[in-house]
Amino acid sequence: MLADKDRIFLNLYGAHGADLESAKKRGAWNGTADMIAAGRDWIIQQVKDSGLRGRGGAGFPTGLKWSFMPKEVKERPHYLVVNADESEPGTCKDRDMMRHDPHLLIEGCLIASFAMQAHTCYVYIRGEYVAEREALERAVKEAYEAKLIGKNNLHGWDFDLYVHHGGGAYICGEETALLESLEGKKGQPRLKPPFPANVGLYGCPTTVNNVESIAVTPTILRRGAKWFAGIGRANNTGTKVFCVSGHVNKPCNIEEAMSIPLKQLIEEHCGGVRGGWGNLKAVIPGGSSVRMIPAHEAETALMDFDSLSALKSGLGTAAVIVMDQSTDLIRAIARISYFYKHESCGQCTPCREGTGWMWRVLERMAKGEAEHSEIDLLLDVTTQVEGHTICALGDAAAWPIQGLIRHFRGEIEQRIDRYRAAKGVHQVRAVAAE
Amino acid sequence: MSVRRLAAEQPESFAFKPETMELARWWIAKYPPERKQSAVIPVMWLVQKQEGWVSEPAIRAIADVLSMPVIRVLEVATFYTMFQLAPVGKHHLQVCGTTPCVLRGAEELKTVCKKRIGEKHAVSADGMFSWEEVECVGACVNAPVVVIDDYYHEDLSADALEALMDKLARGEKIEPGSAIGRLGSAPEGGPTVLTDPTLYDGSLAKPITLPGLPEKA
Repeated sequence: MLADKDRIFLNLYGAHGADLESAKKRGAWNGTADMIAAGRDWIIQQVKDSGLRGRGGAGFPTGLKWSFMPKEVKERPHYLVVNADESEPGTCKDRDMMRHDPHLLIEGCLIASFAMQAHTCYVYIRGEYVAEREALERAVKEAYEAKLIGKNNLHGWDFDLYVHHGGGAYICGEETALLESLEGKKGQPRLKPPFPANVGLYGCPTTVNNVESIAVTPTILRRGAKWFAGIGRANNTGTKVFCVSGHVNKPCNIEEAMSIPLKQLIEEHCGGVRGGWGNLKAVIPGGSSVRMIPAHEAETALMDFDSLSALKSGLGTAAVIVMDQSTDLIRAIARISYFYKHESCGQCTPCREGTGWMWRVLERMAKGEAEHSEIDLLLDVTTQVEGHTICALGDAAAWPIQGLIRHFRGEIEQRIDRYRAAKGVHQVRAVAAE
Repeated sequence: MSVRRLAAEQPESFAFKPETMELARWWIAKYPPERKQSAVIPVMWLVQKQEGWVSEPAIRAIADVLSMPVIRVLEVATFYTMFQLAPVGKHHLQVCGTTPCVLRGAEELKTVCKKRIGEKHAVSADGMFSWEEVECVGACVNAPVVVIDDYYHEDLSADALEALMDKLARGEKIEPGSAIGRLGSAPEGGPTVLTDPTLYDGSLAKPITLPGLPEKA
């Protein structure tokens, strides 16, 4: 188990104050001026050496991302945008950081902005997080009043931080959709290239980072890249806040070492699976977008990028959704499919039409009102959506269905057989989804 | 995609209240002067706070304030699902219906809403309540969740939701948070980690030397 002294979010649960004085007592804003004085190259190198990979789902190395920004500021200002549009089903970690440890985030924003020569940072927080936005605004006000940020602040880097909010659209968690939304438009993703590092917010060089990626940076610099890199496995370093929901005895958020075995995570921190480990059916280990893994794979899976992608799943946002034997997996995935249908921005045809089609077929399959051959047809359609859209929402809609069919095809077939037996039919009319 | 249209019945006019306008100006000041449009979602949200919903005259008024074409504001109103395009009850309930909440009993909460209020998006006869099913609100370890008047009520059961609605019906205030007394997202019964007192006694605030600093020339 990760020792308490190696945890970054010391107020994850809100047992202590979120105010500036309490945060400082826990080490926030300690040594910040020295970090700035050490220079941007040092900061970026430290973040690279720490092995920090983006915590928003894709796992792109954070230090490398920062180094993509133009080396010199020309006529266009640089921006840092923090993605706090936490909407991936299963995920609720950024929420705790913003309401309980906001000063770590604000300090991280200053350091990251300095490293990328940005004087302005926007935090885009999802609209539903009203209480979290209020908490963050309070902390920002404190930081301004204490001259930690703002013009002529104590750290010598003029820096403005603004909290912005969204309107309840999952797609705005996609970085270019987020930028569109921040510009006051519908959140529809942009074609890349150009990448945001060249043409981002208001056409200016911009880096978009997840809340957790930014909020861990100050502590990494305080404790050293070596400390962070020493936790977890190579290429999967550091600590990570896991969100464990679903059929466990005690669902919770928990900061643990990367690469912790999934079974250990569930048994040590979440009171085990409801009804015991033997009652486990499947786990979605990284938020609704990744493919589920069945119980026998969950037995040995490690919670990191490489272990889970070897199982054809992914770490995603590290949101573990646990499902026990009582779960109707077809219905569970059908509901996730409805989510993607609801959240598709409508820009790309394969996604706009495909998500609805897949959902309708799954709804029938959940009842058993389908044909065996439609399982392969559905699988085929998922591959036609996947990879054929501007952003990854199409992929995210396809993967959960692929995971279901890969591991539980038998269950769908049984459901179909039972439905037919009950109705006394042998041939259902092929209706696909229309 | 969710298809959303403006309500058939619309009011004659809309006017910003002075306090709404003051807040709108505070938001607009967050963006570069030539980028007022950036404030459209926050300003529309303020309008919704004022009126309860976003009407067609309000959309025109927002376009006016932000110097935007009306169609661009209309696009925002119909794209973002937090905006109510028709009047809602005095208390509006948003029941999370996505899988992690369903696994913990969201269906029962929907049944309560149907029983006490009616179908989705309907307003109860006395005008007190309305409800809708929303997609993941991002509080999954505290599932199931219902957002009541913008604040999260977590770890709910059918009985707990009924009790909250009873209180609201009597005109009493309700406290957001866990219905079973959990501390934030900590496991039920209290945290088993973050118990080391030296993390909180101020020793972490003592001056430090950053490791790995470059050699001074």
